[in-house]
Amino acid sequence: MFKKILVANRGEIAVRVMRACHEIGIAAVAVYSEVDRPALHVRHADEAYPIGGAASSESYLNIEKILDVAKRSGADAIHPGYGFLSENARFAQSCADSGVNFIGPTAAAMRAMGSKTKARQSMERAGVPFVPGTSRGLESLQQAEEVSARIGYPIMLKAAAGGGGKGMRLVHAREELKAALEEARSEAERAFGDGEVYIEKAIIDPRHIEIQVLADEHGNTVYLGERECSLQRRHQKVLEEAPSPVVDADMRRRMGEVAVRVAHAANYTNAGTVEFLVDQAKNFYFLEMNTRLQVEHPVTELVTGLDLVQLQIRIAAGEPLPFAQEDLSIRGHAIECRIYAEDPENNYMPSPGKITSLAEPGGPGIRIDSGIYEGWTVPMDYDPLLAKLIGHGSSREQAIGRLSRAISEYFVGGIKTNLALFRRILADPDYNAGRFDTGFLDRKPWRKETACASEGIGEVAAIAAGMFTVFGGGNGEARVAANSPANQSVQAASSWKVAGRREALRGA
Amino acid sequence: MIYEIAIGEKNYRLELDRASGQWSCRLDGRSVEADAVLIRPGTLSLRLANMCYEVNYERLAGGLRVWIGQDSVNVEIRDPRSLRGRSRPGDEHGVKKLIAPMPGKVVRILVEQGAQVEAGAGILVVEAMKMQNEVKSPKKGRVQKLLVRQGATVNAGDVLAMVE
Repeated sequence: MFKKILVANRGEIAVRVMRACHEIGIAAVAVYSEVDRPALHVRHADEAYPIGGAASSESYLNIEKILDVAKRSGADAIHPGYGFLSENARFAQSCADSGVNFIGPTAAAMRAMGSKTKARQSMERAGVPFVPGTSRGLESLQQAEEVSARIGYPIMLKAAAGGGGKGMRLVHAREELKAALEEARSEAERAFGDGEVYIEKAIIDPRHIEIQVLADEHGNTVYLGERECSLQRRHQKVLEEAPSPVVDADMRRRMGEVAVRVAHAANYTNAGTVEFLVDQAKNFYFLEMNTRLQVEHPVTELVTGLDLVQLQIRIAAGEPLPFAQEDLSIRGHAIECRIYAEDPENNYMPSPGKITSLAEPGGPGIRIDSGIYEGWTVPMDYDPLLAKLIGHGSSREQAIGRLSRAISEYFVGGIKTNLALFRRILADPDYNAGRFDTGFLDRKPWRKETACASEGIGEVAAIAAGMFTVFGGGNGEARVAANSPANQSVQAASSWKVAGRREALRGA
Repeated sequence: MIYEIAIGEKNYRLELDRASGQWSCRLDGRSVEADAVLIRPGTLSLRLANMCYEVNYERLAGGLRVWIGQDSVNVEIRDPRSLRGRSRPGDEHGVKKLIAPMPGKVVRILVEQGAQVEAGAGILVVEAMKMQNEVKSPKKGRVQKLLVRQGATVNAGDVLAMVE
């Protein structure tokens, strides 16, 4: 087993990996950029090394500097987390070349899956069901028109190197195709340095369901059930759960077996995720394979009782999987909320800054994987994920209840977060009934509503504000703001928040 | 103490006194049974009649904000004794300010000072947390002043440019 692992990441995932290391007696090495010296992952580490400027390209994406730290610290393995270098085949290869274990799949497996068109070609050979379309980049507008006519509109243009919704365009009719193709190509070129674009038939309002797989280096591959990831905004996941409300045991087995076939086709090892689109008739289509640990891995951990990061480490150290497919079962239900530093009342603009106050929930069935602390300044240089709040219960209903309760205990002051959005989702009748798909958040009218204050909440807030002032505003935090120019625009909370509170008050 | 408190369109008149640990509270002339414990700076445990509220308070770029659970309202408190009239939204003779919508870095400036722009034309681009946001002209007119340079770090609410 490894003695020391370098964690080539930051934020909550770096902390998560270090915890896994410490639990099995492995020392953890942090790397950090110049703005991350006070970051939580440095505080959790046994050793920490500065690796350069705030820009990711100078630090967390700098392969040479990270390998240099591995050498200097004597780390025998590197865990890449997610994002940054986690799906970079050149990095995996460089680790192998310099004699450091990369905790993840081989560079060859990453390359096989990294290009979506290449992945489609190998899946075609393996007989995996996928969405009709092209398995190669488009050569011309004429070809695009022919393919689209054959599979039928609406179609989706996608970047071969894509991810995160970049280089994606939904096309409803032939007239839109030319402009969309040009836009998708130039966006893909800008985002990935690769303008290759292909066509898929657009599945309207699909569900996005993925299967977690684990494969050791001895030919054993298992699936750990599914995660329902349909709640997305701008193609970014917002809330995930396991199991999916629409997947039964038979469908789980069929999807799991396809996922294992996908992994075998790529000679895949370590943890990976096979993503599927599921249409309204519950047909599922292979979408892509993510060759890394996922942000949402905790929901799988809670319903399987496994520690995925520790299993990743053991697999990378050459150990065989300690269980077989038939030993695995799904227990209860888990839901994860991604807490982002963004402002729901201002079109979800990023909201970096100092966390002046932080109250985190606890109690039964609640897990928080956090990368923040009170007094820390969230830098503007990285992605806005602050923490993941995960609720677990014996049923979906109990998990929802625990999460809603935990959200009412959670407070992040100083910066804006999307916490209030989750209360709204969890209280939504359609969500509770399991009726949702990837279009859910965009369709909900409460997503964008902003309006005026309500009687009840205003009175409580008015009295509280006065009391803060009497208390001296808690160390000068509150002051009488007479004539303060900052108050020209006194805005009310959005009406759905107020309405939510009123509902809560009635329930109390 | 008497406070005038504005929340949205609504104004409240709050009379608050604390003598030997007992609060006396009148809201718009109505007596309210209230007590509060300051848990720590910025956090209050409030009881109104027998209803309990956990209240947080913060100063943000946009003003003062009071949180009751996950609900929040922006609040303006005025002490009538120092009242000199509410400040009006500035309309400075048709000059409009371009405001930073979020903290971040100015990664591109799209126009030169003095340029004529249409309403909605992009003036500059602010980036934070891997998201770029084009800040657009609030009106048709001339870019009277550019107040930031490329590479500058800005806070939410900062004035970036003036368009006349």
